Amino acid sequence: MHIAVCIKQVPDSAQIRVHPVTNTIMRQGVPAIVNPFDLFALEEALRLKDRLGAQVTVLTMGPPQAEDALRKCLSYGADRAILITDKVFSGADTLATSYVLASALRTLDAQQPLDLIFTGKQTIDGDTAQVGPGIAIRLGYQLLTYVSAIRDLDVDARQIFVERRAEGGVQVLQSTLPAVITMLEGANEMRFADMPGMFRAARQEVERWDREAAGIEDIKQVGLKGSPTAVAQVFGPKPKAVKAVRIEGDTPTALADAFVERLFTDFPQLEDALLEHLDQLADLGAKS
Amino acid sequence: MEQFDVIVVGAGPAGNAAAYTLAKGGLNVLQLERGESPGTKNVQGAILYADALEKIIPDFRDSAPLERHVAEQRMWLMDENQSCTGVSYRDARFSQEPFNRYTIIRARFDRWFSEQVKAAGALVVCETTVTGLLRNDAGKVIGVRTEREQGDILAGCVILADGANALVGSRAGLRPEIDARNMALAVKEVLFLPKETLEARFNIGGKQGVVIEIAGNITHGMAGTGFLYTNKDSIAIGIGCMLTDLKRQQLTPGQLLEGLKQHPAVAPLIDGAEMKEYSAHLIPEGGYKALPQLVGDGWMIVGDSAGFVNAVHREGSNLAMTSGRFAAECLIDLHQAGKPATAANLSGYKQRLDDSFVMADLKKYQHVPDLLNDQPQFLGLYPRLVGDAARQMLVVDGEPKRAKQQRIMAQFRDKRSLLGLLGDAYRFWRAFR
Repeated sequence: MHIAVCIKQVPDSAQIRVHPVTNTIMRQGVPAIVNPFDLFALEEALRLKDRLGAQVTVLTMGPPQAEDALRKCLSYGADRAILITDKVFSGADTLATSYVLASALRTLDAQQPLDLIFTGKQTIDGDTAQVGPGIAIRLGYQLLTYVSAIRDLDVDARQIFVERRAEGGVQVLQSTLPAVITMLEGANEMRFADMPGMFRAARQEVERWDREAAGIEDIKQVGLKGSPTAVAQVFGPKPKAVKAVRIEGDTPTALADAFVERLFTDFPQLEDALLEHLDQLADLGAKS
Repeated sequence: MEQFDVIVVGAGPAGNAAAYTLAKGGLNVLQLERGESPGTKNVQGAILYADALEKIIPDFRDSAPLERHVAEQRMWLMDENQSCTGVSYRDARFSQEPFNRYTIIRARFDRWFSEQVKAAGALVVCETTVTGLLRNDAGKVIGVRTEREQGDILAGCVILADGANALVGSRAGLRPEIDARNMALAVKEVLFLPKETLEARFNIGGKQGVVIEIAGNITHGMAGTGFLYTNKDSIAIGIGCMLTDLKRQQLTPGQLLEGLKQHPAVAPLIDGAEMKEYSAHLIPEGGYKALPQLVGDGWMIVGDSAGFVNAVHREGSNLAMTSGRFAAECLIDLHQAGKPATAANLSGYKQRLDDSFVMADLKKYQHVPDLLNDQPQFLGLYPRLVGDAARQMLVVDGEPKRAKQQRIMAQFRDKRSLLGLLGDAYRFWRAFR
């Protein structure tokens, strides 16, 4: 079995600040990490490898320093790491990114046929959740998003059963292989790399694929040129001035009274509207 | 199990110097660092002393991330909140290449240094904490144990460059635990300021930088000093005091730093600057008398872990790099001669230290920690008297100068009798001779 895991190196959003004047993100000095959602994807792939045996290839499109993120994945147990990097790729939005990743995955598939592709459900810096589906549609693979668990996998029968979190419940889906799976957070817990893993990560070569190696056919679809997304405006949300209020009462009735009184004190127009409405009802009652 | 000629624990200046020199010398080197990447656990003002690094990487100036060379040094005596007496020394020769001292930002510098270590051929593994040392039946250290599964690693020699806390050596019983009385706690902020503003405020241009060393009552009479260094487009400002003093006075270093930042001599220099970074670190300032045993069968201690800090001259990273280089050179000699890393053979490291400025300087100032601990007048009373004297001489109020002088002398005698003054003069001379 061959599993590819697509990851992204992202700024640690817990340590990011927005410039007070320009509203742009201040990236300086913010440490880069593996997108946390992608780690759930990697761990799930590694668990399949532990259980059923598999080759796990991890890949990312990014600048040269994204190599650190790939090495981290090697330390956890990925077998092979590919950094898809080329100056023409810079400035890519999700459309251009999924085009490049799909091209590289097609090249990888030609080397060794792919059974599954994992990604996190989304990145913490873009939050779009578009790249995983973009890859699936371009490759013509089945798409399973927001997967919270893999129930069963039968590689010989080319079948997979997964649990998918949907609004109001859990869907159990059956799909054929090959498939793209975007993993939900909390699906598993990332392992702590052992010492041999750390040595392998420090020693192993991270392959570098430029546009040619990645098998890019249409140069117009990559990088800034291939990115129709335009940022119209960036602004920080204004903190709300209104604070939460605690309302107390000894009995449910007293509590309800206190609540209504507070509501009408703060929003007198509500009381007016209610009274008006009651008057109308009274009029209607009088007429009938 | 993996086996190396040598394992270096820690990727600070001492560990990097050792690992780099060893790898260049052809040894099979593993460097372990507990931080996420080299430099994430390291804190310094920071001044880089070119000489120590030059002896390890002669052409470091071509690629190292250096902020500014030191063109001017100011020494200030400050009281808690009002006055500042100072001297400054600017020398055109300081601005002639090759420069002797640079300001650096350690996070960047350490990353660069680590890249040199890797390029030299050492294997660098981060995010891995050494929890103990492996020993054979004879007690010789033969490797390390890490917190990771299958985490034992063998080596012919282990160099402990694990920093001020010296946890590895203490836990393994190679040395006593660190003594709080020998530790200073320093805090530091990096404040961003546009390059043009910074250069105008400090009267510098090009790549020139200013270093301000600060003593006096700004530390509330505790043994300690403050500093202010100019980077390219930021200011590093910090203050440190002995840990036991801070505890006794129930003061936090953060409070001292706020006081320093609000002092009228400092506030205009940092006005409008935006804080980019806040950090704190221990500094082993026990000096010569607090040095632990430095070598044993299969192990050596270098850098802060050994306590190689010259607190008087605010030097540490240069002693660290030099000690790391000496340890490496000693091991390379043994390796070439085919000799094992026994305590006797490793004494070549100690010999190199004894023959160098490292031990000479530590010995020279060995009485200073005691002087400052036992004689608080050097930190509290005298700076205040000097400040008062300066103010009285400078205020023009119609009083004859001789009368002012006499009153100033009387104040000195009044606060600290004539014998006290003479005794202090002798103590000071003895500690600094």
